[in-house]
Order: sequence, then structure tokens, then C-alpha cells
Amino acid sequence: MLLFIEQILNGLQLGITLFLMSAGLTLIFGIMRIINLAHGSFYMIGAYVAATVASYSGSFLLGLLAALPAAALTGMLVEMIVFRKLYQRDHLDQVLATFGLILFFNELTRIIWGRQPLFMDVPSWLSGTVELIPGAPYPAYRLAIIVVGIIVALSLYLLFTRTRLGMQIRAGAANREMIAALGVNIKLLNTLVFGLGTLLAGLAGVMAGPILAVEAGMGESILIMTFVVIVIGGIGSIRGAMIAALLVGLVDTLGRFLLPELLRLFLPAATADGAGISLASMSVYILMAAILIWRPRGLFPVQG
Amino acid sequence: MKKKIVSIVSGFLLAVSGTVFAEPLKIGMVTTLSTKAGYLGEDIRDGFKLAIEQGGGKLGGVPVELMVDDDGRKPGKGKQIADRYMKRDKVKIMTGIVFSNVAMAVVPKVVRNDVVYISPNAGPSALAGKGCHENYFNVAWQNDNLSEAAGKHVAEQGFKNVYMLAPNYPAGKDAISGFKRFYKGKIAGEVYTKLGQSDYAAELAALRAAKPDAVLFFLPGGMGINFIKQYAQAGLNKQIPLFGPAFSFDERILKAVGDAAVGVVNGSQWTHDLDNDANKAFVASFKKVYGRTPTLYASQGFDAANLIGSAIEAVNGDLSDIGAFRDAIRKAEFDSVRGAFRFGRNQHPVQDLYVREVIKTADGNTTNKTLKKVSENHVDAYVSQCKM
Repeated sequence: MLLFIEQILNGLQLGITLFLMSAGLTLIFGIMRIINLAHGSFYMIGAYVAATVASYSGSFLLGLLAALPAAALTGMLVEMIVFRKLYQRDHLDQVLATFGLILFFNELTRIIWGRQPLFMDVPSWLSGTVELIPGAPYPAYRLAIIVVGIIVALSLYLLFTRTRLGMQIRAGAANREMIAALGVNIKLLNTLVFGLGTLLAGLAGVMAGPILAVEAGMGESILIMTFVVIVIGGIGSIRGAMIAALLVGLVDTLGRFLLPELLRLFLPAATADGAGISLASMSVYILMAAILIWRPRGLFPVQG
Repeated sequence: MKKKIVSIVSGFLLAVSGTVFAEPLKIGMVTTLSTKAGYLGEDIRDGFKLAIEQGGGKLGGVPVELMVDDDGRKPGKGKQIADRYMKRDKVKIMTGIVFSNVAMAVVPKVVRNDVVYISPNAGPSALAGKGCHENYFNVAWQNDNLSEAAGKHVAEQGFKNVYMLAPNYPAGKDAISGFKRFYKGKIAGEVYTKLGQSDYAAELAALRAAKPDAVLFFLPGGMGINFIKQYAQAGLNKQIPLFGPAFSFDERILKAVGDAAVGVVNGSQWTHDLDNDANKAFVASFKKVYGRTPTLYASQGFDAANLIGSAIEAVNGDLSDIGAFRDAIRKAEFDSVRGAFRFGRNQHPVQDLYVREVIKTADGNTTNKTLKKVSENHVDAYVSQCKM
């Protein structure tokens, strides 16, 4: 039982990381109707900049403070140089161009930082474990990720429901031409939204840095899961992204933990483990397929 | 003016005739330089190049030209490069492959075409056993070897309830069978993870609940970095000791892991502190040229080059009789940086295996320190299946 609760925490934490990534991606897709495969590259940029600054200054917070604008500014620059040319093209062109961006950014990090993975440590005030439930010590840093994710979710909620900018973004998602006709500078709005999206990806990268290997190509491993999340949640919906991210995080973690155990009840151990692990890696895709059959446009489809 | 032209022309003629008479011997290297694992190929290449540089552009007294191309970790790409080396460049010696799946796609074909292939890394069991070939030599290890060293050490230390973890792909299963070949005690858990997995929180929670007294794991490259960091963050490194093959603890990974790996004991055939003259000279020279501590991959590249050099010298650079060249390689008359080295019947190394511990040095870096020899003249488990 203790183990089960701990695994639920693990699932939540994975879900939160996925939410940070998918919030940005779903925003960009929702507003600009553009498929951005290079979203993982901004995650990588966030992690690389944070790791570099943190190792020179010795401070995780300085790393965080440097990485967020770095990811956002790179994002806005890329939007102005590359994406503006892609809005009118079809999705295949966008996929090709943004796939090219992935290769470009991976090679660029290799040129700047070399092939060697970078070192990034948990800040000393977050190392160690917390006994949230007696008997199950949980890494403090993972709890911090959950807290950061909740703060981001709340801020996004306030931004979208309580501010003028949020209203314009929602209107842009619903009807692009109409809000342009009403005199909102849609170009600027696009750049801002793109910057916000990449900032969130950068934040996810910084938070992942101390847990994962900071290396070229690290963005691709999380990108696929991120796409699963936004498809399940309904493309363009932040609320959908939040729910779907938690769902995917829980299903993936609990699947890895429970499926082999479950199969062991009626299969020999070796076969059960093999089948269990294969099933577990499929579980989120099975979930996606099931939800798409039930609700073809995702859990919270955006009207438009 | 006239004199100048004459000297230019004669210089040109000299240059031309020079290349005709001293056409360098071509060596084809297929290796992995891109992708996350690119640093493995980079180290193999740099180790190999160092040996050529030390010979002044020659191996075994014969000028050589090393051609290097990146397989991108893809078997198909590796095949293409090997084909090009054979058809266009008429290469007779090949080396370099990092990954076993690439090796399985490339090696059987090139050795059938009378090319001698010297593996500086990948040692899949199929090529050590039933698929062994007279033109195939492995100068590094058979894949299971370093896991066997770790497993043997764990058994000797008296651990009784061991948890095992590896990715769900052929090399992961080889590693677990390597552990089990020497560790015969109780198994607290045997877990296969998704290849390329980055978050191990679920596995770590289950591991803690299983209460093992030691953990044996094989997670190469970035997966290992993730796992070791998360293991330490969960506070497990202070409770349950961690063991594994050297692939998760090379000098470049340690830089990315930092203190989290301190105290971990891992199995290897070579470490930069091994006490022999060839090794001391190699480590000093590698550090001077490249400004970093060599990894085991670099030592394997260096050994591969010197092995080839010893055979080239024995046949005076004449590769027309491939049989004579092969015999010269089989003798392995070179100073391996790991000390004693010879080939077994299946042309895989018979060598000593060590365990080493990750320590923190006075200047705050983490590095490996050899603890002890666990196996003397270790022979791989597949030699009996080789009909040669």
C-alpha cells in the first residue's frame, strides 16, 4: 500500500513535467495551428543554459533565471525567422521544417558544448528526502517539481481567465481572422505566445536537468509523450493538457509497476515480466487510442 | 625565373612520384560519432589516431591513411559505409564499430570478402560463438565480460539477495546472463526497463520495497546517468551498494554524474591507473594531446591500432597474403595498455578483469580507481560454440 502511494506520487511528478512541456506546445498549436516538432529543442536549450550557468556560478536559481529568458528569446527569434514563413503552408511543410530545426539545434549544442553530457546537480537545499508518508522517503526535489507545476498551472489559469492578453490569446485560438480584423496585432501576439510556450519548455528542461542526463537530443525522448498528452487533452486546451498530462503520467508509472505484477498471477515470472514491460510501454498509446475512439477531438476540445 | 619554374616542376614531379611509390595503407573505420552515444566513437577514433601520430603517420613502420565515417548508430548506414570502403577504396583492414547491432549487420559480410575486421568495442555473443570467423578479431571484450566481472565480485563479497536491472534489448539480456553466470544467490528482482527510458522513479520505489542487499545494473550512456542521479536523490546510495559493468562509469559519464556515483564498484578490463609502462605512456600522451582523461573506449581504439601495427610490421606492409596477415594478428605481439593480452581460439581476448571504485579526488573530480583483479586470464563463455 505504501509502495502504491509512492508510485502515485511518482506518476504525478512525471505528469507535471509532461504538463510543463505540453502546455507550451498546445498553446502554440492552438493559436497558430502549427505543428512544432522542435519544441523539445527548447527544453534542451533550457537544460543546457541552466547547467552551464549553474556550474559557473554554483547557484541553481541563477541557472534557472538565465535559462528561462534564453529559451523564450530563442523561441521568439525562431518564430520571427522561421515560423512566420510557415503559417500559410500545409502541415507537411511545417513538420519537415521543424524536424530540420531539431537537427540544427542538436548539432549546435554539440558544436558549442561538445559531445560530453553536462553535469547538473540538485540544489543543496533540495537534496535529501522528505518522509511525506512515514516509511516512504521521497526525494525533495521531485516534490519541488510538483509544486512548481501547480504554480505554473495556477498562473496560466489566471493569465487566461483574468487578463486582457489571455482573452486575446483565447480569441486568437477561436478565430484568428476575426481578432485581427478587430485590430489586435496578431503578429506580435503570435511571437508572444510562442515565447511563452518555449519559456515553459525551457522551465521543464531546467527542472529535468538535475534528474536526467543533459545531452544533445534529450528533447526527443520527451517530445513523443508530449504529443500524446496534447492529443488526449484536446489540441489547444491548457486544461486538457493538465488533465491529460496527469493521466498519462499515472498510467505510464503505474503500468510499469503494476502490469508485470498483474501478469505474474497467471503467467510464469520471466514471461510475465517480458510481456508486462512491453504492455507498459504501449499503455499510454492504448489510452490515447481508447480516448480518441470515445472523444475523437480529445477530452476538452477547443471550440472553433 | 626559369630556374624557379624548373624547381616548381621538378618539385611537382617529385611529389607525384612520391605518392605513387608510398601509397599509404588504407584502414576503414566505421564508428558512431553522432547521436547521444557519439562520444564513444569519438574516443575510439582519438585513441586510434594517437597511435598513428606516435608512429609519425605510420603503423608498424608503414604509412597509413585512416578513413573515418559516422554510422549514426544505424546498421543500414554502417553497411553502406563498409561497402564503399571495400568497393571504392579497396580497404583490407576495417575497425571502429561501437554498437553490437551495427556490428551484426556489417561484420559477417566484410569478413566473407577477405577483409580483416578488428573490433575495438562491440562483442556480440553470436560473433564469439557460432558466428566466429577467421577474419574477425575482437581486441576489446566479449559483451558479457564486464558484467561477469561485476557479478563475480558481488558473489565474492558475500551478497545474498541481489536486485538486477537492465534495458529490454539483446545487450541488456546478455548483461543479466553475465551477472548470473557468477552470482548464484537469491535474486530479489530482475527488471527490464524500456530502452532509452529517462525516469526511473517507479523502478526505484519497487527496488526499495524489495529490500535487496545489493543492486547489479547495466544501463549504458545517458540511461546510466539518469539512473545513478535518481538513485542518489532517492537516498538509496547510502543504503544499498550499486554494482555494474564499466559502461555506465566511464570518465566522461562520471563528469556528468558527479558525486552521485561515488562509491560505486564496477567491472572493467582497463582503467587509466593500471600500473604498466605502456598504459602510463598512453594516458600521459592522451591527456596531453586531447586534454581529457581517456575512457576505456579510447584505450580500446589505441590497442586496436597497435595490434594492427604489429601485424603490418610482421608482413612488411604487404597485405596480398591475407592469411599471413591474419596469423600475425593472432600472435598479438603488441604492448596492450591493459597488460597481459592474448587471443583465445575464437579470436576474442583472454585477459584479466578488474573491479574499480568511483572515488572523489583531492581537486573535487570523480574518477575510477582500480580495486582488485577479479579474474585472471578470463575466457568468454561462448568459445566452445566456435567451430574454427
